[in-house]
Amino acid sequence: MSILFTLLFYLAFLVIALGVGYKIFDFARTPAPLKIPTTPAPVTTGGVVLRMMREVFLFESLFKSNLWIWIFGALFHFGLVLVLLRHLRYFTEPVWTWVGLIQPFGIYAGFAMAAGLAGLWARRFLVERIRYISTPSDHLMLALLLGIAFSGLSLKFLAHTDIVAVKAFFLGLMRFDWQPLPESGLLYVHLGLVATLMIVFPFSKLLHAPGVFFSPSRNQADNPREKRHISPWAAEMEK
Amino acid sequence: MADVTAPPYRVIPIIPVLKPGAMEQTHPYVANEKIQEAIGFPGQLVEDWHDRAIAKMGELLKKYRSLKVYLDACVHCGACTDKCHYFIGTQDPKNMPVARQDLLRSVYRRYFTLAGKLFPKLVGARDLTREVLDEWYSYYHQCSECRRCSVFCPYGIDTAEITMAAREILDSIGYGQKYSNEIIGKVHKIGNNLGLPGPALEDTLLGLEEDVKEATGVDVRFPLDEKGAEILLVTPSADFFAEPHIDSLIGYAKVFHAAGASWTLSSMSSEAANFGMFIGNYEQMRKIALRIRQAALDLGVKRIVVGECGHAWRVAYSFWNTLSGVGAGANDPFAIQLQSQLDQRYKQPMHICEYTWDLIQQDKLKFDKSANDKYVITFHDSCNVARGSRMGDEPGGQFEIPRNIIKAVANNFVEMRDGTTREQTFCCGGGGGLLTDDLLDLRVKGALPRMEALKEVADEQGVNFMATICAICKAQFTKVLPYYQFERSMVGGVHQLVSNAIILENRQ
Repeated sequence: MSILFTLLFYLAFLVIALGVGYKIFDFARTPAPLKIPTTPAPVTTGGVVLRMMREVFLFESLFKSNLWIWIFGALFHFGLVLVLLRHLRYFTEPVWTWVGLIQPFGIYAGFAMAAGLAGLWARRFLVERIRYISTPSDHLMLALLLGIAFSGLSLKFLAHTDIVAVKAFFLGLMRFDWQPLPESGLLYVHLGLVATLMIVFPFSKLLHAPGVFFSPSRNQADNPREKRHISPWAAEMEK
Repeated sequence: MADVTAPPYRVIPIIPVLKPGAMEQTHPYVANEKIQEAIGFPGQLVEDWHDRAIAKMGELLKKYRSLKVYLDACVHCGACTDKCHYFIGTQDPKNMPVARQDLLRSVYRRYFTLAGKLFPKLVGARDLTREVLDEWYSYYHQCSECRRCSVFCPYGIDTAEITMAAREILDSIGYGQKYSNEIIGKVHKIGNNLGLPGPALEDTLLGLEEDVKEATGVDVRFPLDEKGAEILLVTPSADFFAEPHIDSLIGYAKVFHAAGASWTLSSMSSEAANFGMFIGNYEQMRKIALRIRQAALDLGVKRIVVGECGHAWRVAYSFWNTLSGVGAGANDPFAIQLQSQLDQRYKQPMHICEYTWDLIQQDKLKFDKSANDKYVITFHDSCNVARGSRMGDEPGGQFEIPRNIIKAVANNFVEMRDGTTREQTFCCGGGGGLLTDDLLDLRVKGALPRMEALKEVADEQGVNFMATICAICKAQFTKVLPYYQFERSMVGGVHQLVSNAIILENRQ
């Protein structure tokens, strides 16, 4: 089992790193031939950075649009961020001080994350419009994330595993000095789901994470009269 | 179309329940061979349409980052689902922005993503069939490219970009829309969307000079093709003869007169509208924009001012510098040629509202505001101005400047409900190449949210005039207002109000 998970995590890491890396490269190399910021838009690059930060950290547009989705989305995403930061302690030795300090919050965040996911999933059944647009993969993605949250919380509150050994396993992965994984069904489930998530990431709608930074309606400055914007393929027409 | 009726006002503006398939039979007339071939598209649906459509999609994915990112990034969160005026008016779920995008996204997934190739059912991917193609034709002509959904999307996904790509694919396989493509043909052939030839235009303008002289006693000129004029005015051709558009044209002329400006219209380029944008075709959009560049070069003007037209202003403000070099800050020979001619002390291009507002601020115009006292006025923000452009120096100037002008020329101004104005404004229901009688039912239904907001201020505050700065909005409202028991004459331009109130003097 330890060998299987060792291989699985190397594979998962390669897939997410190369897959997302390729997608970012692909987004970046594709030209945006026209100025299409959704206005009113910032007129300077600094303003664009602020707009993007409000979008990424506060979900500004979603807030304007639908308070329920915003609440559940924020619970899930901010919960996830804290949980991920909390998990840094399994990958660092010695553990960074601030990672140590956020440990208790990370646990609440786990519940927040699960609650947010449950809310988002409930909407897929209860709200007619959202039921209509939901595909099987939308449900599966939520199931996967909820599975990760529940198995993780269970490892904390129901069936403790030998986390020292878990940490040794992951440090071993990072140092190419492979260590055994503790025998725990729940742990296998948790890690298996995480690896699955990493593998599907670059092929799924999880691409919204890198995608938002490349969205022309959000990342362009509103200065078309002051500065000529032209893509290479369009400039060809002028020759 | 005899049975077109307006949907009832919602007592409380709750989100409507879904009526699947409600609008699946609705689609505009298909362009015939002559129309298609005149602008370089196949005359009719080509035999290998499937492969060519997929190839075109692949090409667009390489050319437009917007398309690629927007097709990948959507998470089906549902934030946009209740934001489209066509969905609110028709209740057809495929008029929800995300569902409209998914018509194309499902095919993208099937042919361009690993997940869609391996597990189509799982991720909602599907083959491109004739049924899918017809569905595209129907529902991508039920989107006015108004961008309201993009305001609310957490990733800024703009359905207009998807609609434009879909129409571009349809055109490339010979399945184009009659209305838009016929108009594009006319602008190339005659110089404007309405097919108004030069001599007729000259007649119209002379007639207007007489009318204004009769009404005011002042010699206000409407110059055409005058070389050496300082300002070229490019305005939607509807301004030359349609009601109420023409009243705004009179308003522009009076402002130029009062300012003592030398200006001209161009017969060769007597059209600000650019339907190339509606069909998502960069080449067409560029060609149409180049006509204006040519007119500016021929006439030797120093400034270009654009009349009241929504999408035309988006193209002029946001795209002209890219397409034809009208603007500033270029270092390539193509753009420098024109930019060296234009007077860079002024914004290039400039909106007529910016022009008028500048003059008002400099105290160069005098008004008798009581001339508009018969009106209680509200302002309808036009989508392309509101969400695709700017006026003035500050973000949001496109909202403030027209309102400032109205307040400077009239005493009674009222806002419609929050959430229906400014960047959250509702489309008139006729934009984006849908202003055709074969889509009248859709147009009437799509106007519902705006009509509800108007009814509220009409009932509660006595509003009897809705000003707007878009030729399409004006034409659309003139047509649909009666379906909602309003007078047609209730809609008009901002410069119509300016025209009513401005005090003129004869110039020597």
